[in-house]
Amino acid sequence: MKAILEVHDLLVERGNRPILNVASLAIEEGETLAIIGPNGAGKSTLLLTLSRLLPPTRGEISFRGQSLAAQKALAYRRRIALVLQEPLLLDVTVFENVAAGLRFRHLPKGEKERRTLHWLCALGIEHLRQRRPRTLSGGEAQRVSLARAFALQPELLLLDEPFSALDAPTRTRLLQDLQNLLAETEITTIFVTHDLNEALQLGDRVAVLLNGRLRQCAPPQQVFSAPADEEVAAFVGMDTVIAGQVIASQAGQVIVQANGLHLEAVGDFATGKQVLFCLRPEDVTLWPKDHAHPSISSARNRLSGRIARLMPNGPLVRVIVDCGFPLTALITRASMIEMGLSENQAVTATFKASAAHLIPR
Amino acid sequence: MSFIWQGIQQAFRLLFGSDPEVWQITLLSLKVSGLATGLSLLIGLPLGTWLALGNFRGRSFALSLINTGMALPPVVVGLWVSIFLWRSGPLGDLHLIYTPAAIVIAQTIIAAPVVTGLTTAALQQLNPRLRLQILGLGASRTQMVIALWREARLPLLAALMAGFGSIISEVGASMMVGGNIRHQTRVLTTAIVLETGKGEFAPAIALSLILLLLAFLVNLALTWIQQRRV
Repeated sequence: MKAILEVHDLLVERGNRPILNVASLAIEEGETLAIIGPNGAGKSTLLLTLSRLLPPTRGEISFRGQSLAAQKALAYRRRIALVLQEPLLLDVTVFENVAAGLRFRHLPKGEKERRTLHWLCALGIEHLRQRRPRTLSGGEAQRVSLARAFALQPELLLLDEPFSALDAPTRTRLLQDLQNLLAETEITTIFVTHDLNEALQLGDRVAVLLNGRLRQCAPPQQVFSAPADEEVAAFVGMDTVIAGQVIASQAGQVIVQANGLHLEAVGDFATGKQVLFCLRPEDVTLWPKDHAHPSISSARNRLSGRIARLMPNGPLVRVIVDCGFPLTALITRASMIEMGLSENQAVTATFKASAAHLIPR
Repeated sequence: MSFIWQGIQQAFRLLFGSDPEVWQITLLSLKVSGLATGLSLLIGLPLGTWLALGNFRGRSFALSLINTGMALPPVVVGLWVSIFLWRSGPLGDLHLIYTPAAIVIAQTIIAAPVVTGLTTAALQQLNPRLRLQILGLGASRTQMVIALWREARLPLLAALMAGFGSIISEVGASMMVGGNIRHQTRVLTTAIVLETGKGEFAPAIALSLILLLLAFLVNLALTWIQQRRV
C-alpha cells in the first residue's frame, strides 16, 4: 500500500490557542479512514486543513509524495472533493447542482452530462433532477451533495459528518449506499464522524481525535477492543474503567487487584504494574443472584453486586451494577424482563478474562 | 380648487400628446439615472463583495463608512461635486459643471454606497460555509464569487432597485450640478421644482406622474426578473 496523503507535525492555532496538533498521519491509496472524536475535537479543522481551505500554523502535508505548499491550491482542490455536514446545495436544479464541480472544471458539455446522469442514477436521485434543493428532504439533499462529490471522480474524497443531521432510518440507508459506492469506486476517503457505529461500518482504519490530538489510529476492531488510553477507552464505549495493580502474571494471563477484588485478564504485564482495567458493557453477562447456572459459564471473572441503575436505551438496557465499583452491562430489554431485573436487586456479573483490556498507567 | 382638476386634465393631455419637451426631459432623466445606476453597480458590486468576503483590518470601519454613505444627503453631494467641478475648482478644466455628466457623477456618488452596502448585506446573509463548500468542489476564487452572486441574486437585484430609486427621485444634487438648463440638464425632478415654483401646476403634475410611472416600470421590470425563477 502506498500513502496518498501524509501529514507530519501539523499544528493549527486559532488565536494562539492550538486546536489541532497531529504528529503523523498517513492515508493509504484506496482505503477509507474514519476519523472519530467528540464535537470540538478538531475533526472538521483537520478536514479543512487537508482540503487546503484552512492554512495550518505549521506542518507538512504531502499529496502523492509532493508537498502541498509546492502545489497550486486550485490544482490540488480540483483533484479532491469535499462534502460538508449540511448539504449546502446551490439554488439551481438538482441536475445543475451535481454538475457544479464539473462546470468549475470546464468539462465538455457531453462529458459533463454523462457523468452527472451517471451519479444521479448511482445515488438513486435521477427522478429529482429538475427539482430545486428547497423542495428536497434532508436525505435527498445529502444524496445530491454526495453525487456532486462523486461526479468529480476525486483522487481523495473528504466527508465531514455527512449524515449527522439525518434521522436514523435515512442515515442507515445512506450509510449502506455510501459503503457500496466506496467499495465499487475504491476512492480513497477520509470520513469524519462522531458516531462510533458509522466509523466501524465504513472505516478500514479508525483514527481517534481527542482535544485536537490523534490518540490512536488502527483497524476498527482494535480501536474498539484495545483503546490506546483511558480517554479513547471512554470514547469508544468502554464504560467500565477501573484502576488496579497486577499482582500475578503468567503466560499472558494476569490477575489485577482493583478495589479489593481480584480480576483476571489477558495481557503481558509484569507483576506490580499499575494498570487500568477496561471492559465493554456488552461483554458482561448478568445472572440473578439465586440463579443456579453461573457456574456453567466459562467466564473466569464472577462478581457479586446490586443493580444501582437501569437505563433503557432503545431495545437495550444499560445496567449499572455496584460490585465495589460501578460495572456497566448492556443487556436486551427482553432478557431484563425474562430475568425480572429491577433496581437494588442482587445479581452476579460474569465476563471472560479475554474481554478485559488493560491499559498501562 | 379647480386648478387641480384642470392641472390633471392638462397633465394627461401632455402625457398622451407628444410634447417633445416632456419626452426629452423624461428620456434624459432615464439616461442619466440609468447610467449612474450602472456605474454604481460597477463600483458597488465588487466593493460590496470585497467588504462581505474579505478579512482585513479596518473592515468594520469601512462598513460603517459605507452605511453612513447610504444616507448621504443629495444636497451635500451636490455641494461637493459643484466645488470640484466649478470652473476654478480642482476638476474645473474638465468643463463638466452644468452638464448631464455632472449629474451622472453626483448621482453615482449617491447610489454607489447604497448598492455597496446592500451587496455586502446580501452576501453576508448567505451561509458562510457555502463558500468553503464551493471552493471544496474545485471552484477558483472568481468562480466562487460568481456562484455566491447567483445565490444572492434576489437581494442583489433589490440592491440595484434601491440604488436606482435613490437617484431617479433625487432633486438637490441634479439641480446644483446640472443647473436645470432647458434642453440640456433639465430632468424630471428639477423640472417639477421649476414648474411648481412658477405656479404652473399642470406640467408639474404631468411630470410627477411620469416620474412615478417611470419608477414603477423600472421596478416592475426588475421585480419581474427577480421573481421569475422563484
